[in-house]
Amino acid sequence: MPANLDELKQRAKAIRIDILKSTTEAGSGHPSSSMSAAEVVTALYFGGFMNYDPKQPRWPDRDRFILSKGHAAPVLYAAMAEAGYFPKDQLMTLRKLGSPLEGHPNMNRLPGIEASTGSLGQGLSIGVGHALAARVDGKSYRTYVMTGDGELGQGQIWEAAASAGKYKLDNLTCIVDRNHFQQTGAAEDVLNMDPIDGKFAAFGWHTQVINGNDMGEVVTALERARGVKGQPTCIVSLTHKGQGMLKLLEKLGDPNFHGKPMKAKDLDAAIAEVEAGA
Amino acid sequence: MAGASSALQSKREIGKATRDAFGRALEALGGDYPDVVVVDADVSNSTRTEWFGQKYPDRFFNIGIAESNLVGIAGGLASCGKTPVIASFAAFILCNAYDQLRMAVAYPKLNVKVVGSHAGISIGEDGASQMGIEDVGLACSLPGFVVVVTADEASTKAATKAILDYEGPVYLRTGRPDVPKVYTGDSAPFTIGKANVLRDGKDVTIIAYGLMVASALDAADELSGQGIEARVLDMHTIKPLDREAVLAAARETGAIVVAEEHLAHGGLGSAVAMAVSEGQPVPIRYVNLDDSFGESGSPEALLEKYGLTASKVVEAAQAAVSAKKG
Repeated sequence: MPANLDELKQRAKAIRIDILKSTTEAGSGHPSSSMSAAEVVTALYFGGFMNYDPKQPRWPDRDRFILSKGHAAPVLYAAMAEAGYFPKDQLMTLRKLGSPLEGHPNMNRLPGIEASTGSLGQGLSIGVGHALAARVDGKSYRTYVMTGDGELGQGQIWEAAASAGKYKLDNLTCIVDRNHFQQTGAAEDVLNMDPIDGKFAAFGWHTQVINGNDMGEVVTALERARGVKGQPTCIVSLTHKGQGMLKLLEKLGDPNFHGKPMKAKDLDAAIAEVEAGA
Repeated sequence: MAGASSALQSKREIGKATRDAFGRALEALGGDYPDVVVVDADVSNSTRTEWFGQKYPDRFFNIGIAESNLVGIAGGLASCGKTPVIASFAAFILCNAYDQLRMAVAYPKLNVKVVGSHAGISIGEDGASQMGIEDVGLACSLPGFVVVVTADEASTKAATKAILDYEGPVYLRTGRPDVPKVYTGDSAPFTIGKANVLRDGKDVTIIAYGLMVASALDAADELSGQGIEARVLDMHTIKPLDREAVLAAARETGAIVVAEEHLAHGGLGSAVAMAVSEGQPVPIRYVNLDDSFGESGSPEALLEKYGLTASKVVEAAQAAVSAKKG
């Protein structure tokens, strides 16, 4: 199914707006970390790359998406709501007591979540487990894992990368949301992990480096990953943290904007900037 | 005097190490449990998962010396309906990968069987870095985990089947040295959460797991010669604790000794004390590693040095009995 780029771009905008609204309503959360990943998550769920059935979230043959950077849960929740896993108005219960939309994904509370994450560095190993299970069971589903770039400081990522290389897991794709910031500053200042693609390549991965906020590049990269045989694929997705509201973040003097919601008084401006975006 | 020495010098018939019994049982059960997948962090010839691996190579993965990744992979396999069995040294799988056990197994309550071999100081010469002495306490601190430590060959075989039949996260601790047979014959009663009463008595109850069960039985023999009749419980499941058996022991014998090859903090002693203090307060005395690491030495010498012997259990029982009389 060829993806309609304009439609995907509109979906990504809707998802960004849901991220902003839900985190502002929650009064906490990580909208900027979520917004950088909007194109990739949108393409996976709506670009024909993942087979899934919201009515049968545990369908054994489904393709999997594991959000290892669990603090970006709002982008996943927004996509899942769009996909029909739960009603869209439930997004406004984010982080509230009793809501299955917890601050970080909880697979036992929200059907369709593939892994409970939030302690960074763990999702790729879990993805290797899914990919190995597919091999043992002779199934053809694919597993997609998204990590952050700061998250690559965790040694477990490289343990997982090496093991995926060893078993030539071509049913596994890791997307690094390289949004250039982590909690206290620029990712390369905190702990420089460049070259990211070179490191994955050294572990036997096929690698691509793309503009992850360009829907066309994202779709092309995911198509290419699907065709790679005998190797797992890493897509280093160069993005901007807070993509969609960069002008507002500049005005606010906070390009990182880590772990905080947009204030109610700035929400309209943020949404307007998303809507006006390309 | 039998009571003076460690379980490894017991007059009882020596059987296989619990790691060996686990490895053989897993290999034997592999055919009946097609969902079992074994993942190894390059110690399968120590943990004995290698025997399963040789028989079922398509369901065996050695992912290298990487316990964090090991546990994460197991979480992924379990959420796809597999029954992953992962084994490493107790010290490494619990301590190196604790966050992974917490996030990728316990929190989602996945059906992963975690096996920690080479537990306790009875591994001997390799020394403190290899000795899991806090593993039971750590495993008990993972919400929803079942924690099992077996005493001998027959009970390990039974436990291996029981944990595969159980749906949910389990920690099974095994040991390196050959240990005395506590259960005669090839089989042992084993129900998760149900202590085995190995000997009845009215004066004191010795509650133990692992190789300290043999020492508890040796101690009970000696106490009997002194006119003290000890009940002995094999508390093979530390969590969920068999509260009923513990409270019955407190009520019916009035004094308790808890013996374990583990730190004092967070082990069976803590769990028994909590149950007893709330339900039926009686004197309790403890035989354990207190608050110290082990060191290199022969297993027998270490058990002697650190007081994990039948004679120490006898002393503790005498003290508990005196305390109730006071």
